[in-house]
Order: sequence, then C-alpha cells, then structure tokens
Amino acid sequence: MYRKDGNSYFIVDAHVALWDARPENQRNIHGKQFIDCFYDYHRNLSPESEVWSYEDYLYQGGERLMKDLFTDGYVDHAIFQPAHLGEFYYKGFGQTDEASELARKHPDKLTYNHNFDPRNGEAGLDQFREDAAKFGLKGVKLYTAEWHGESRGWSLTDPWAYRYFEACRELGVKNIHVHKGPTIRPLDRDAFDVADVDHVASDFTDLNFIVEHCGLPRLEDFCWIATQEPNVHAGLAVAMPFIHTRPKYFGQIMGELLYWIGEDRIQFSSDYAIWTPRWLVEAFVDFQIPTELAEYAPITTDQKKKILGLNAAKMYDIEVPAELQISDADETATGPRGADETADHLVGA
Amino acid sequence: MREAVLRALDVVIDPELDEPITDLGFVHTVDVSPDGDLEVHLRLPTSFCAPNFAYLMASDAKDVLVALQWTREVTVELDDHHDSEIINTGLAADAGYRGTFRHEADQDLDDLRTTFQRKAHTAAMERCLTALLRTDPSRPVEELGRVRIADLPDDAVRDSLLRRRETIGLSCAPEDVVMVDHLGNGYAPDAVPMALRRARSTRISIDGNAHFCRGLLRTRYVDGGSESLSTPIDLELTFSGRNAQS
Repeated sequence: MYRKDGNSYFIVDAHVALWDARPENQRNIHGKQFIDCFYDYHRNLSPESEVWSYEDYLYQGGERLMKDLFTDGYVDHAIFQPAHLGEFYYKGFGQTDEASELARKHPDKLTYNHNFDPRNGEAGLDQFREDAAKFGLKGVKLYTAEWHGESRGWSLTDPWAYRYFEACRELGVKNIHVHKGPTIRPLDRDAFDVADVDHVASDFTDLNFIVEHCGLPRLEDFCWIATQEPNVHAGLAVAMPFIHTRPKYFGQIMGELLYWIGEDRIQFSSDYAIWTPRWLVEAFVDFQIPTELAEYAPITTDQKKKILGLNAAKMYDIEVPAELQISDADETATGPRGADETADHLVGA
Repeated sequence: MREAVLRALDVVIDPELDEPITDLGFVHTVDVSPDGDLEVHLRLPTSFCAPNFAYLMASDAKDVLVALQWTREVTVELDDHHDSEIINTGLAADAGYRGTFRHEADQDLDDLRTTFQRKAHTAAMERCLTALLRTDPSRPVEELGRVRIADLPDDAVRDSLLRRRETIGLSCAPEDVVMVDHLGNGYAPDAVPMALRRARSTRISIDGNAHFCRGLLRTRYVDGGSESLSTPIDLELTFSGRNAQS
C-alpha cells in the first residue's frame, strides 16, 4: 500500500521475475547477451540512485525479491511472469522452483504464472496440464521469441498454439500475458508484429490477453487492435521507467492508452528485477501529463489507483479492502474512449 | 576517404526508426586501405535487435559502398549481434537475404520495407498537420483533410514529408492534399479526427523507439554498459536528428 496526500493506493506489480543469469547457468554466449541487454535497459532508464551492480543484477534470490517488492516497494501483491529461455540457460532463466515455492509460502502476496511452448506439441500439452494443477495456474506468460531447436519464434495463431489456448479455456487459465520479442519465423515478417493478438483475442473472447510493454515498439498497432478487442489489456512493463528519463514520452504513451483502451485495461508493473517498484510507484503517483501535450486530458487520481493495482486485482481475484474499490468507468467497450460518435469509422479506416 | 564513406552511408536508413544509420551512431569503424579496400563495422543498440532489420541495414550499406567508384574489396560486418556470424557470412558471400537466413526466410524483405516506408509517411504527415494545429489551435480538426502541400510552411518538416511521399510513390504537386493514405486517398471530413489520432500514435511510436535506441546504444558502448570496456570507442552520436522535436 502506498499513501500520499490522503490517498491510498493498492499496488499490484503484475510482472515480476526471479531469474538466474549467473555465468554458471549460461548455456552459451546468448545467455550473456540476453542479461546484458536487460542490464543496459536497467542502466539506461533508471535514476542513478537505483542502478544495481552487474553482479547484483545477475541473480537476486527470494529474500531480496521479498524486500524489494514488499518491504521497500509498497507492493501488496505481485505476479510472477517467468520466461523459460531454455536455449540460453541450463536451468532456464525464470527460476520455477524457487519462485513457485515463494508463492506457495506467501499466497496473499504472490501469484505464480508459468509458461508453455506450443512447439512442444502433445507432450508439452500434458506437461501444461500437470503444471496448471501443480501451481494452481490462473495465467501464463508467453514469449513468442523463445528459441527452440531450429525455430526461433512462434506465432499465437500457430495451430498448436490454438490447442494450448483451448486447454487454457478448459483449465480456467484465463490470463494470457504475451511478450512480443524480437525474432519470429519466418524472419520476413515484422518481428514485433502484434497482429496475431488480434486473431486469438477474437477467437478466445473468454480469455484475457495482456500485451506486455503495451506492444512497444509497436504502440500504434497495439492501440488499434486493443481498441477493437475488449479482452485485450496493456501491461506497462518496460514502459514505466520512461517516467523518469522521458516524462513527455511517458505522457504520450499514457495519453494514447487512455484514449484508445481506457482506464480499466491498463496494468502497472515494475518488470522486476529489470527495475524496482519503489521509485516507479512514487513517480507515477506524482506524475501528470505535461501541459504542453494539450491533446490529452490530465490523469486523475482514480485512474492512477486503477492502473497501479485495482485493474490487475480484479483480473486475478485479489482481495482489495472495500473502501479502496472504484467502479468501472462508464465507457464504450470498444473504440476510443469518449469518442463514441466516431467509433463507426473504426473498421476500415 | 572516411568522410566520403560516411556521406555515402547517409542514405542507408534504419527502416524502423526512419533515420540514417550515420545519425543513429550505428557505424562503428571505417578502415580504408591505400589501394581502396574498405572495411566497415556496424553495431546496434542490443544483441537482440531484430535480425531482419539488422541484415537490411548491413546489406544496404554494402550495396552503397560497392557502388562507390574508388572502392575495391568491400567488407561490411555487424558486430556484437546474436546473429553476427550468420549475417556476416551471408554478406561476405553476397548470399542475399534468403541465402543468408535459409530455412528461416520464405521471401525477400520488400514487404517489410514497404510497411515501414508507409509508417514513416504517416508519421511525417502527422508532424506537418499537428504543426499547423499548434500554430492555430482554433482550426477545426476536420478541416485538416483539405490542407494542400502548398499550404504548408516551407520548412524541414515539409521537406521530410515530401521525401517520404516520393519514396512510396505519391506525387508532390502543390495542389495535392496532405492527408492521404499510402495509395493517395484522402479522408472524408468526419473521418479526419480518428485518422489523425491514428497517425499520431504511429508518430509517437517511431519517435519513442528512435530515442530509446539512441539511449541504449549510448549506454551499451559509451556509458559503462555491457560492451564499453571491451570495445574501442569511435562513436559520434548526434542528438539533433530531425525527429528530436518531440
């Protein structure tokens, strides 16, 4: 819980990881390249006071995670979104045993989501069913740029992916977090293309699709798809830290999201351990869209409360004190917010 | 000679960011031998930048350098990328895109390039029209659909639009309407506000990515990031690119 100026904010960090990128876990050079890329993100977008040493960055462990999120970071509940990356790391990147064990010990504070890879076919489907029962899964994290033998990416519309989504439906794993990564087969296509989200969201209207880093670097394509699909949500992983380095750009991202998809479908996350939640929560509560961006309305306190926690809490049935609840906005389900009169032009424009 | 090489490389554009690779700082080293052999190394903000765009920039770079009359042997290599080996082998053999990525590539990259040229046009159009709105906030948005090229102030923002219109095959006559899709079709007045909003999201996305990539490149190679200790520094970053206004 974060309190400021008489307001209380219930915080759900909807995308955290407990990773191990130490050299002894790196299978090859790509394991080093991957964590180095994250470390450059971290160094580039963090305030100086929040920059970790490279050694700290390689592995945090459960104790430090609990401290950074819950003791220091104001977080009430956090959701693990592990990336497997088995081609880069011997034991995988996200640490399944340690993270799921932590979540088992602290069910009030942590939810463990797992992952699947449709290229594992029938055997992977059996494994997913086992995992869903073992971890009590409510959601999965899918990384479409995962390498797998000869293949270096997959699409949500692959026939096998549909088999897995049918299993999600059957098992009640309703929340599908999608991380669009930078390689996809065939390589001819735009690697960050979010068009496949459009197809699955239409075909599985009873599942929620949370697109991490709100589709960045294809914010425009994401907004266009999400405004038409009421079950597509924006995760703010990677977008959040721009609040410090580039507040105007962050204001534009928030302005676009609030316009195209509205205040009820945006979820805060720190993307721990790429960044830590404390400074992000403080900065977001203090944030206002710069006045020079006159095309956007100011962000209200209630909108901030929803984004910082209430939206994800609702999706995951996380208990929130009654006095902190806020009702849904009276807004259109599809089309730009407050622009009902122009929604007819959406299709084919 | 080094300067001549850089000027030649000015025409190589990062399709995703719509800026020359020379402005972006992607040209790492240029070595010219006395008899005209040339070796150029490129580098990108992360090891995981999209390999198809990486290939596109590297092969475009090789093409313009081979076309220079004084060059003999031309070597272009991409450093520190997860696909450096594949791409550099393909470039050395002039294997083309499909020859380089073999089973991972079904067709060439023309469609991909076209997609991003259209986005670049959309963003340039939005910059021009939003500039008009900022000059005169009382102007009804619907009327922007009637603005013609001759109505735009003669400045860098307009020049940038004209270049992008030319790239995607649109005419640039003074009487041409500014707000058009990639086929040159205009918008009915009631469709203009939404189309402009959509164009704005494209512009914000491209500008945002360009700034992020510049920052990451700097962190990676200059400010103590993952490669800065092991890599010689020969980087001139320009922070006054034409998109810097936002």
